[in-house]
Amino acid sequence: MTAPRHTLHVVSGKGGTGKTTVAAGLACALATRGRRVLLCEVEGRQGLAELFGVPPLEGDEERRLTRTPAGGTVFGLSIDAEDALREYLETFYHLGLAGRALDRFGVIDFVTSIAPGLRDVLLTGKVYEAVRRGEKGLPTAYDAVVLDAPPTGRIGQFLNIHDAVSGIAKVGPIRAQADSVAALLRARTTITHLVTLLEDMPVSETEEAVAALQPSGTRVGTIIENMVNPSPFEPAVLADVAAGSVDLAVPGWDETHNRALAAEFAVEASRTLEQQVRHDRLLRLGLPLVQVDFDPLGIDAESLFAVAEQLTDQLALEAA
Amino acid sequence: MRAQTPGRAHGARPTPAAPFLDVDTLIGDRSIEILICCGSGGVGKTTTSAAIAVRAAEAGRRVVVLTIDPARRLAQSLGLGELDNTPRPVLGVDDSAGGSLDAMMLDMKRTFDEVVLTHSTPEKAEQILANPFYEALSSSFSGTQEYMAMERLGQLHAQAAADARAGRPAWDLIVVDTPPARSALDFLDAPEHLSSLLDGRFIRLLLAPAKGPLRLMGVGFTLVSNAMNKILGSQIITDVQTFVRACEAIFGGFRQRAEETFARLSSEHTVFLVVATAQRDALREASYFVDRLTEERMPLGGLVVNRVHGSELDVSAERAVALAEDLEEAGPTRLEAEALRRHADLMRVAEAEAVLLDRFATARPSVPQTRVPALPSDVTALADLRQVGALLAEKDD
Repeated sequence: MTAPRHTLHVVSGKGGTGKTTVAAGLACALATRGRRVLLCEVEGRQGLAELFGVPPLEGDEERRLTRTPAGGTVFGLSIDAEDALREYLETFYHLGLAGRALDRFGVIDFVTSIAPGLRDVLLTGKVYEAVRRGEKGLPTAYDAVVLDAPPTGRIGQFLNIHDAVSGIAKVGPIRAQADSVAALLRARTTITHLVTLLEDMPVSETEEAVAALQPSGTRVGTIIENMVNPSPFEPAVLADVAAGSVDLAVPGWDETHNRALAAEFAVEASRTLEQQVRHDRLLRLGLPLVQVDFDPLGIDAESLFAVAEQLTDQLALEAA
Repeated sequence: MRAQTPGRAHGARPTPAAPFLDVDTLIGDRSIEILICCGSGGVGKTTTSAAIAVRAAEAGRRVVVLTIDPARRLAQSLGLGELDNTPRPVLGVDDSAGGSLDAMMLDMKRTFDEVVLTHSTPEKAEQILANPFYEALSSSFSGTQEYMAMERLGQLHAQAAADARAGRPAWDLIVVDTPPARSALDFLDAPEHLSSLLDGRFIRLLLAPAKGPLRLMGVGFTLVSNAMNKILGSQIITDVQTFVRACEAIFGGFRQRAEETFARLSSEHTVFLVVATAQRDALREASYFVDRLTEERMPLGGLVVNRVHGSELDVSAERAVALAEDLEEAGPTRLEAEALRRHADLMRVAEAEAVLLDRFATARPSVPQTRVPALPSDVTALADLRQVGALLAEKDD
């Protein structure tokens, strides 16, 4: 078994686009036979626990979330800035009593809530640790790490570690840590995916995020179009339907029902046409586009594998 | 052949167990001066805020809507090429009832700069504005947005009161679109968290040297200052010290104003609306908000559920799929079959949403609700906002 192409996948997207679902689907897709994938969240929402229907992920626990049909394993971790700072201090400085004193003096609280940018460095720093653990070949190593990152509105800032601390720490240990994390984010083995719906606002935010990510040097790998409703019909046909110029005749139905169905279908057809326009706009970004179909039944732990399957088909190189 | 009776749609439209959230009564109540929309990202919070603001203005209220980073097209729909930190009049609003509408977008850096400039001497202000720590704190720290939204709200409220006293036309309703808070609790926690941080031992420790370090010297102090020098490096410590010392005066006023704003938000002159969509995550966030507001005894108006799906066509998903299959077996794919499959999807979505909304209503039966149906296209013009406002105010079924 060769190493995966990318060992760190960062997933972002506008709120409400299904970013967490896609991140989880991607983790499942990457967890092919024998592979171990770590799925991280950083916003303390317990979205992963909810999605996989397991008790909340707490502290530094990296718990198994699921086994994939392909025979891989997905683990979950909810990264908390305060815990990450405590762990960081303990690992690198062996502070012991002084560490607890820092906590008592409110330093941990201060640093993680007021000190700008440091919070993000701490969160990505923990991800860095998890990725690097793999390289060191420790028994808990992961083949790939998937990060359910903050939404697109904040992603440029989140990944732009260099800017976040440059004004504050010009030298010193925090600077060194930030530089290592920034190097990982720019590495060839790191890739960022942006999840979007084929609607105006999410597409605009995706375009803005691609621009905002440039200074961080992070590679945007794919744009993942979520909840897509493909149609077997040509745009010209759909345009006629949307314009209301097509009559429907379901056998056995009266005119009222046929008209109601036609009106409803007209709205659906115009939505499909609008989705096509948004898709064309995204094409102009010059990045690979991946589609995940809309699931009218909603997403749960089982349907995640269906999402994973679609991603596997379209991201053959990643899941290989 | 006789028209066949289409099958009943199961559970697509249950009678809502929750009381109705009457937006018109809220905006007609002159004692309500502040209306706050909160909820998770992507639920249409900005659109709801703008739609309520338009409706209130056209009902005769003098409204200012404070929004956080709206989509550019929404700014355009309010007739504003761009929104900045100063309220601008929205044109095209029907003012026949005597109302008016201004809109502004929170510029967090500028608000912070203004606070510094207003509350300190010119020399001190310059010192603060040039500090690298301030630079980062005012522009990139995500929590700053919550603090600054509160600060700006306080300013607008003070301006309205001053205008009213002077007999000038004054805003009588401030509609606030809260920041897409990372955690549902950030917005409420902001003033208190700030206060506790600024009263904290850490700040006192940082300020201590200027006041005579001997009083604080102890085992804890030495341990902490050594550890901090080791971890942060002396440059950061010096910057933070300079910053905190320069800000001491401002922080005091800041805390006081944050507490005043918090008190105002708890009063009967404020109402909170929680905004969600009929999806699991959004409703989970909404539950946190509702519980938290209730716990804090904040005046909760109710829940706005956006983008609710439904159908005029009373045919169940199962029945529609069966009909589509019959059609497909009979010949090549016809439009009817696709239309029926789309209808089936719509019914499934509507049923799933109804179950989630029912659960919410059962768990929190006293929370009034209003539902806004999914619109066929994006909200991009004042007329669209008016339509959303009408749908908000309309009682379902």
